[in-house]
Amino acid sequence: MWQVHARTLFGDDPVRFDPRVKVDFPMIAENQRSFPVAIDARAIPGVTRIMLLADLNPIPIAIDYRPTHAAAYVATRIKLDQRTPVRGAVQLANGAWLVSGGWVDAAGGGCSAPPVSRVKGDWADHLGEIRGEAWPMADGVSRLRLNFRHPMDTGFVDNIATYHLEALAVKDAGGRTLGEMGIWAAVAEDPAITLMVDGKPGDALTIAARDTNGRDYKAALSVARQSPMPGGR
Amino acid sequence: MILSRRTLIGGMATLIAAPVRAADYAITPQAIGDGLWLVRGADEPIEAGNGGAIANIAIIATPAGTVLWDCGPSVRYARALRQQAEQLTGKPVVRVYVSHLHPDHGMGLAAFDPAIVAALPGTIEALRAEGQGYADGMYRLLGDWMRGTDLMLPGRSISQAEEDFGGRRLTLLALSGHSSADLALLDPQTGLLLGGDLVFHDRAPSTPTADLAQWRASLDRLKALPHKGVVPGHGPFDPGGTAAIAQTRDWIDWLEATLTQAVRDGLDMVEAGEVAIPDRFATMAAARYEVQRSVSHLYPALEAALLPRVDIPD
Repeated sequence: MWQVHARTLFGDDPVRFDPRVKVDFPMIAENQRSFPVAIDARAIPGVTRIMLLADLNPIPIAIDYRPTHAAAYVATRIKLDQRTPVRGAVQLANGAWLVSGGWVDAAGGGCSAPPVSRVKGDWADHLGEIRGEAWPMADGVSRLRLNFRHPMDTGFVDNIATYHLEALAVKDAGGRTLGEMGIWAAVAEDPAITLMVDGKPGDALTIAARDTNGRDYKAALSVARQSPMPGGR
Repeated sequence: MILSRRTLIGGMATLIAAPVRAADYAITPQAIGDGLWLVRGADEPIEAGNGGAIANIAIIATPAGTVLWDCGPSVRYARALRQQAEQLTGKPVVRVYVSHLHPDHGMGLAAFDPAIVAALPGTIEALRAEGQGYADGMYRLLGDWMRGTDLMLPGRSISQAEEDFGGRRLTLLALSGHSSADLALLDPQTGLLLGGDLVFHDRAPSTPTADLAQWRASLDRLKALPHKGVVPGHGPFDPGGTAAIAQTRDWIDWLEATLTQAVRDGLDMVEAGEVAIPDRFATMAAARYEVQRSVSHLYPALEAALLPRVDIPD
């Protein structure tokens, strides 16, 4: 599958494996509907794009992120449909891709199990709810966490069409885009996304997202007025 | 990955190799009280190497027959356990208590007549709803160890506070917190308390079905109950009777406080699973493994409770 994905995703761009793309995840896939993955490529200068993919998922790409004014970092949770490599691919300005990742052993069915909110039947009551917070880090960057309520339907569950968040952008007070991403239904139900965008304590951030039915989602928050987070996270 | 002819041939050789039959379980009961034996589980995750035999099991000899406290992960385990137990006591098994719904404790019940298998009503209900999912997971992890193990439900619902086996009375406690229904058992003859998975000892507690507030309340009740030694669900026997309960309480308090702080500090789940584990838990097996599982179980609810709403209404 890797060769197929590599041809489709990267075309003629040069691709090489590079351990500086740190793809981090837990030692066990406790929940195949929601498996946390963090890609940290901050050790590589000039990253223009970060892609998160699971080779053997029926929806291989989870996130395609462009950190325009943001650090090369993204964390989220994905569905796993079987044992699969999970990879982070980062692109440099010259077009080259650097890739890393690892195998994850998982029980099957993360993409074909109905979302919890579909089973409960309350997904529509919470659609549009966004929780979030932003914390200052060193070097004028802020850690931004966003949790959306969304069923993220894959289309693989009986009689429920594909329905997922498909785009997200983070802007500063002046309307400048700090980062934007394409999102696929391989991202777990109730998407949780962590980014590191440019921003100092007190700076205002706005979030705009859209789902595949054209519904818009908006949020606003300010970077916490506190000293940089300890531990260099 | 580039498939060379050699890797292809290697792969096919693996496919046509004869399926490996799992080895037999080694059941070695150790006497810990008058007419009471402990069969220790491996202090490890459920994996093919241990056949899923990770839970502690107890055997109690009574004038009316042999009583089993939990019966292990598979029919094969339970049959070996019964043979060992009946050899030890010279009496047939007349009762099997299933402490809670988790498969390492009770999947083996299919080896017994359901009429002698007893569990709390909440456990039977939960097994009816979720047992098949657990069974599927066990087959995936353990393969041949599980052969012939079907999901069965305990035939007796526990509603009484004690049961008398020809003069040896056993006290039954209906608690919860590790799961929605957790049975504990006190044997007044020896003073030994069988805690099930409400109590772990030098093996990190697992939280897939936990309600931490209820768990704390149950630990308080066990602590207050006069008893001597404690048999934890996992980990070594605690002869003093206080250390295992206190350690379990310490762990779940630390876990909840630490994950709460992780959400407040803006950590994602991956990062929360990598938080430092205090030195005082260094004796606990599978600590990092269980922290990462617990992040999966507990983090979304903490985020929903602690992160503020930031959406702008249309």
